Amino acid sequence: MSGRGLFGRIDWLTIFLYAFLVFIGWLNIYSTTLSNPDVSILDFSTLYGKQLFFIGLAFVGIILVLSIESSFFERFASIFYIAAIVLLIGLFLFGKTVAGATSWYDLGFFNFQPSELAKVATALALAKYLSDIQTDIKNRKHQSYALLIILLPAILILPQPDPGSSLIYFSLFFVLFREGFPLYYLGVLVVIVVLFATTLMFGTVWIGIGLGVLIVLIFTFKRKSVKIPILPLIVAIVTSMLFSLSVGFVYDNVFEQRHRNRFALWLRLEKDEKKLEEIRKTIGYNTYQSEKAIESGGFFGKGFLEGTRTKGDFVPEQHSDYIFSSVGEEWGFLGTVAVILIFSVFFLRLIFIAERQKNDFSRMYGYGVISILFIHYFVNIGMVIGLLPTIGIPLPFFSYGGSSLIFFTMLLFIFLKLDSNRLKDGI
Amino acid sequence: MKKLLLSSIIVIIGFTFIGRLSYLQLFRFSPDQILEDPAIKKIYDYPERGYVYDRNGELMVGNQPAYDVMVIPREAKPLDTLEFCKLLKIDKAHFISQMRKARRYSPRLPSVLVPQLSKEDYAGLQEKMRHFEGFYIQKRSLRYYNTNSAANVLGYISEVNEHDLQNNPYYVAGELKGHTGIEKQYEELLRGRKGVKHIQKDRFNRDIGPYKDGKLDTLPEQGKEIHITLDKTLQEYGERLMHGKRGGIVAIEPKSGEILAMISGPTYDPALLVGRERSKNYSKLHYDTISKPTWDRSILAQPSPGSPFKTLNALVALQEGVIDPSTKFRCYNGFYVGSTKRGCHCGGGVRDMNSGIYQSCNAYFAGTFRKIYGKYPTTDEGMDVWEKHMKSFGLGGYLGTDLPTGSPGRIPSKAYYDRAYGDNRWASSFIISNSIGQGEVAATPLQLANMTAAIANRGYFYTPHILKNIGNTGAIDPKFTEPRYTTIDREHFEPVIKGMENVYKYGTGRWVQIPGINIAGKTGTVENFVRIDGERMQLTDHSVFVAFAPIENPKIALAVYIENGYYGSRYAGHIASLLIEKYVKGEITRKDLEKRMLEKTLEHEYAKPYSGEPFKINEYVW
Repeated sequence: MSGRGLFGRIDWLTIFLYAFLVFIGWLNIYSTTLSNPDVSILDFSTLYGKQLFFIGLAFVGIILVLSIESSFFERFASIFYIAAIVLLIGLFLFGKTVAGATSWYDLGFFNFQPSELAKVATALALAKYLSDIQTDIKNRKHQSYALLIILLPAILILPQPDPGSSLIYFSLFFVLFREGFPLYYLGVLVVIVVLFATTLMFGTVWIGIGLGVLIVLIFTFKRKSVKIPILPLIVAIVTSMLFSLSVGFVYDNVFEQRHRNRFALWLRLEKDEKKLEEIRKTIGYNTYQSEKAIESGGFFGKGFLEGTRTKGDFVPEQHSDYIFSSVGEEWGFLGTVAVILIFSVFFLRLIFIAERQKNDFSRMYGYGVISILFIHYFVNIGMVIGLLPTIGIPLPFFSYGGSSLIFFTMLLFIFLKLDSNRLKDGI
Repeated sequence: MKKLLLSSIIVIIGFTFIGRLSYLQLFRFSPDQILEDPAIKKIYDYPERGYVYDRNGELMVGNQPAYDVMVIPREAKPLDTLEFCKLLKIDKAHFISQMRKARRYSPRLPSVLVPQLSKEDYAGLQEKMRHFEGFYIQKRSLRYYNTNSAANVLGYISEVNEHDLQNNPYYVAGELKGHTGIEKQYEELLRGRKGVKHIQKDRFNRDIGPYKDGKLDTLPEQGKEIHITLDKTLQEYGERLMHGKRGGIVAIEPKSGEILAMISGPTYDPALLVGRERSKNYSKLHYDTISKPTWDRSILAQPSPGSPFKTLNALVALQEGVIDPSTKFRCYNGFYVGSTKRGCHCGGGVRDMNSGIYQSCNAYFAGTFRKIYGKYPTTDEGMDVWEKHMKSFGLGGYLGTDLPTGSPGRIPSKAYYDRAYGDNRWASSFIISNSIGQGEVAATPLQLANMTAAIANRGYFYTPHILKNIGNTGAIDPKFTEPRYTTIDREHFEPVIKGMENVYKYGTGRWVQIPGINIAGKTGTVENFVRIDGERMQLTDHSVFVAFAPIENPKIALAVYIENGYYGSRYAGHIASLLIEKYVKGEITRKDLEKRMLEKTLEHEYAKPYSGEPFKINEYVW
């Protein structure tokens, strides 16, 4: 152990980036929820005042996390996980319903969302299980246990209903892939998504033609020495065609109209311009307004507190899920690109830190943290700028909300705590 | 590979996001212009429109309040429809359809339920209004006319149209703008400048406070008062005299070019185009294509001027030195153009300039005219000189007044005849009619009045104009205070004016003398034709008269043109003399003449060509 204390060993660059994100996040919350400039920013009846309070709580959380022994997290990971699962099940009995989703416990002064806690717990539990000396990632049985750890909370959250939060757990696959989970699973997943989307866009016939062309290309350009396994190829093609054929059926019969509308909008399936515009302004209303707000910002933006669409509350949920649109309107292209860059640097820094861990648990947990934060960032901004369909999840450190801020913070700082100890207890 | 997977995805996604943002914020960037931003509501504060006074400071146009009954459908509570309809003087079906329209427009925003209640209806409604929730009364300002005359001069205001909106960013749909007359010409002075407040609103269209703390807001700028050159009394009197007659009258003050009266018959009460009945009245006027009340004959009609034009030919001949006042021509109850004889009503005999003018001898002026172009080697050159002289009197082209409309009249040039008959296919005989103001020459009553003013001034005129001053400052466009000189020297005017004076003393206008005022005038009787169902028919002659008075110190110069009024002194002459007396003396001494002119109409003349039966023209009977 080096002679330096915690302050010397902790990664200050990450903390700086974190603090910066929280700070500009709060500025934007202030801008979107400001109604009366004469009220003090510490007034807890306002949303920005409350958020300031949550930031204070998060700070307390940081102190708490940093003062706990590193080994505590590894040792109690299973307990956390079980507790989180119990809390998720408990929601079916005691949950409070907010905006149609039974995702909260009413704690009096604020609502507690156990799915946030479950994210931390699952990341810990997964790291714990995979880092166990007994676990072999190449073993099918162990693979399915790992999948179970990931999917159990996702399945419990789905019927709340909160498909957005469920989706988050799938990001933990990145941990698996990092640890040697066969990459072709990812390949299959990508093929399924691509087939699904392209079938919807072009129809099964064109998919068949496309696959035919692909085979011809493969055989034309392959090197003589390479042998193509004929049977698996035929199986793959036939499976793809069958899948493609089933897509239409699933789309028409299993999906509901609201889902179909989202796809119609996202993949521009509706060819009638007028109808598309109508869907855009009804189903896609939020995205339509957020795109308009971002567009109107231009290169330089309208300036802090000067966004007319932000002030006019034109973008629904702007202080929470659509907070990025306020960046777009008030800070312009400069602001949005800066935020993207900061997030990217932040993630890359975390990967760098994860890779320097000597302890497997720390590295795996680190990857869990990055995966979870990244998927939030990806889905949230993708939705706000109109690249992805509407899925309501917050932008880490930015969006208004106590649970998410505090748990994202704890998620991150547990990792920083582990990192600060990397030289001490490397095995 | 496995180590790089997540990093590369992060970088790829980062670039994808930046790409999409460049598309949105750089390529598709459409700045919220303050006018188009859905989040900013503009509330306008309209200043009161400027008042219009006549030359003597008498109010002509002011403003009056009107009351719109407004409804916000969402806030409207069930009500006693029957009583409400009775108060508003509308029927129930209309009420229901208006309510439906309002709701369709917006349940949250106010719509007009019944526009422009009168003061009287408002008084009755006001105290009961509190029973009807969701309805309220909004005050608006409408034009108020303190005269029933001068509709053609004053013009009207109406809602801006597509064209206005495209051409002038100042206007917003639904606003009012002057569309004719001085309301149009002096729109910017009269309307002032509206104030604007920018209000930040939310997506439900609710106000949430001033935009940028009102830094961009402006205060309204009051509309200016203007004084126009009309004499309200003279204008009103002239319009009464025009009752039942078609035609135009223009009176000008020679020493300033100010238009004293500008009358078109038939006309209409300007108040008709204000208030609830506006559109009904407008259609009625607009679709009267026979008497055309909205067509301002005083500046748009361009008939042949007839005999008053002879005075100009006399002046040109004197200027060119081809005759002197004592030069004589013989009248054979007409004159010969080649072998054809054209008639004259002067009684025949030897005519000099004086009697040529006061007896309006056609032969004398045909001879004079021949001498003018005879002076030059070719008719072409003669025509050029003649045209130049005529145009210096403001004929054959726009006068450049401050009226928003007008006609140029016509002084035919050689190019005109070349076009009409072919190059060099016409000769002097083709143009001889111009000598007596028939044929191809044409002039508006305004041009005739102006020409008369130039004679009254002995050689110059001021561009006729309608604006006297703005507010209390006298500043008007300097072009209206610059004299425009004719090409005729001052000394040539006296003999012609002498002739015009004798028109009253001994000549064609001797029936219309005014005791105590020396008048110079000239009658005109203009042949005219109309084409009905493809058949060319001659109608009763137009009666034309130009005059100025007093001769020594002209205060008024005027032209009166009465369609189908027969010979010059019959209608035009009498009306002119009454107007002169009214203006110069302030009262009328010849009550019986006045009574006859006020009562007589020419409706029977105007009905003739439409009767479908053969008719006689130029009947002597009164």
